[in-house]
Amino acid sequence: MRKKKLAGIFMSFMMAAGVLAGCGGSSSTSGEKDGDTIKIGANLELSGGVASYGQSIEEGIKLALEEINKEGIDGKKLELVTFDNKSDAAEATSGTTKLISQDKVSAIIGAATSTNTLAQVQIAEKNKIPLLTPTGTNPTITNKDGVLSEFVFRTCFIDPFQGTVAANFASKDLKVKNAAIIIDSSSDYAKGLAAAFQEAFEANGGKVIKEEAYVAKDTDFNAILTNIKSAKPDFIFLPGYYEEVGLIIKQARALGIEAPFMGGDGWDSPKLVEIAGNGPLNNTFITNHYSSGDSDPKVQDFVKAFEAKYDGKSPDAFNALGYDSLYFLADAIKRAGSGDPEKIQKALEETDGLELVSGTMKLDENHDPIKSAVILEYKEGKQEFNTKVNP
Amino acid sequence: MEIMQQLVNGVSLGSIYALIALGYTMVYGIVKLINFAHGDVFMVGAFIGFYSITILDLGFFPSLIISMTACAIMGVLIERIAYKPLRNATRIAALITAIGVSLLIEYGMIYARGAQPEAYPSDIIPVTSLDFLGVKVSSQSLLILGTSVVLMILLQFIVHKTKIGKAMRAVSHDMDAARLMGINVNNTISATFAIGSALAGAAGVAFGMYYTKIEPLMGIIPGLKAFVAAVLGGIGIIPGAMVGGLLLGVIESLVSAAGFSLWRDGVAFVVLILILIFRPAGLLGKNVREKV
Repeated sequence: MRKKKLAGIFMSFMMAAGVLAGCGGSSSTSGEKDGDTIKIGANLELSGGVASYGQSIEEGIKLALEEINKEGIDGKKLELVTFDNKSDAAEATSGTTKLISQDKVSAIIGAATSTNTLAQVQIAEKNKIPLLTPTGTNPTITNKDGVLSEFVFRTCFIDPFQGTVAANFASKDLKVKNAAIIIDSSSDYAKGLAAAFQEAFEANGGKVIKEEAYVAKDTDFNAILTNIKSAKPDFIFLPGYYEEVGLIIKQARALGIEAPFMGGDGWDSPKLVEIAGNGPLNNTFITNHYSSGDSDPKVQDFVKAFEAKYDGKSPDAFNALGYDSLYFLADAIKRAGSGDPEKIQKALEETDGLELVSGTMKLDENHDPIKSAVILEYKEGKQEFNTKVNP
Repeated sequence: MEIMQQLVNGVSLGSIYALIALGYTMVYGIVKLINFAHGDVFMVGAFIGFYSITILDLGFFPSLIISMTACAIMGVLIERIAYKPLRNATRIAALITAIGVSLLIEYGMIYARGAQPEAYPSDIIPVTSLDFLGVKVSSQSLLILGTSVVLMILLQFIVHKTKIGKAMRAVSHDMDAARLMGINVNNTISATFAIGSALAGAAGVAFGMYYTKIEPLMGIIPGLKAFVAAVLGGIGIIPGAMVGGLLLGVIESLVSAAGFSLWRDGVAFVVLILILIFRPAGLLGKNVREKV
């Protein structure tokens, strides 16, 4: 059915510009409408467990949208259609179906987490609409069992990279030998990071002496933390999301575990500090995509623009990746020369050397960006820039 | 020493279950209804406590009292609106209504304020870890355990020594006979719901203080666990709720300590199944004697 519609669009273009063409008489056709706006869908976690990710990404996207629409892309403006997937995979799936079939978007940005993005991949592939996740870092999003998802892209680096960076930081900068890992076993993201961390950490001569697991929404971690404490690790890798991470760190410090904790971008939320408290968060580290403390002029320009729009609020990595995602897409749309989803897909694939806030964008054969990571340390509830790691 | 620490962990987790289970068991004891909305009253209590601490700037105890009062009113309203018309209907009808009320409260809350979590401010009660021979006990878990024990004793006192308690026991024994003796059955049942829901409100505030994070669906799992605890101790028996709650907490901690943390919730429900098979009246239940 879609093919018929697409054929209809091409016909209409060939016959005459703009005037109603004979494609079943429906007013709007997929991808393009009237030629002066291009619709972009955003399927984000605006409420629910990880609402702060989705809201931050949306803020970034809106800033980018404002900037891009000042000039437009070859005279066309971008129009944003947002959908709240309530941090739920099933909602994310139905949201993508809605954005494609009802709103007829040219491309979709979202979701924030790997699990919610994986829930959309099949639909995007089937309908041939580019899906771009700002922060879904799990490798299987773009390449599952060696099969490339052609229409799926991401703005962030992938889990193995974050896990490897964390392992190198632990063994080279913190000089620790015995690590423990606590995994959120309900999250593809946490499992991916943990596997990469373990591999790199052991390659560096370290040892993982204890492994414990929990599931999202747990609230009492004292039992597993007591196990960890008796194993006496000098480093704890905790690649979860902020809600549980905050509770784990708070309870760990109350039990007298002093070892440094380290995690990935899943920690990056102001809620983490509220839940764990300033003191317990000292001596913890995260790998992240970007830091507002980075002195790069591109980063500083973005920080200024963001602070001007959002009353002096300092942008976090999710803000930056949301912002970058729309620029990444806009760049592809410009090169594609239209809002045709398949042309956008081709242009996205060819991206090379695009300068973004979170680093220079180049894609490998799996549609995964190759770019730098930063390491941040929590000091009295504030993230401080520690170091930048290039791939 | 590790096993001691795990027991302490279990007791502090169990005292929250016990606090919620007290309300479950009371309501069941009087009207033979498993009030599945109880876990959600607990959630509402946590939020009311949160808002009175953050917006009204009150301390822990005033917030606790506001939360308990509001939950008591809510419990009475739920009973009057949803359960009273079904008092003479089949028990399954009342049970299904209870599940409906539970969903209504959960999603009503999400509709009203969204699903995002809130964090209890940490500076309301100073947190100190007490050290007993290498075992860390947080002052907050002692507070929760203390609150549950005090409330349980208070409840025993109300049920066994006061006039309203006598009325409750009479209604639970035989509703019609109690009415013939001049007991106002409606008021007695309302009082039961008020007390049970106030306890849930207290548990909600205590939970928020201890675990920091609260969200609209937070009542589901503790509610189910408390139900297991109530059945384990013997549903309808007040000390049974306490025993069941603490026992369940300790069992869960030991399961995690043995390295099966992912099986923890499963084990809780296995305990429920085993109890229902081998000792349906619960640990403190009396059915064995009745057989003789």
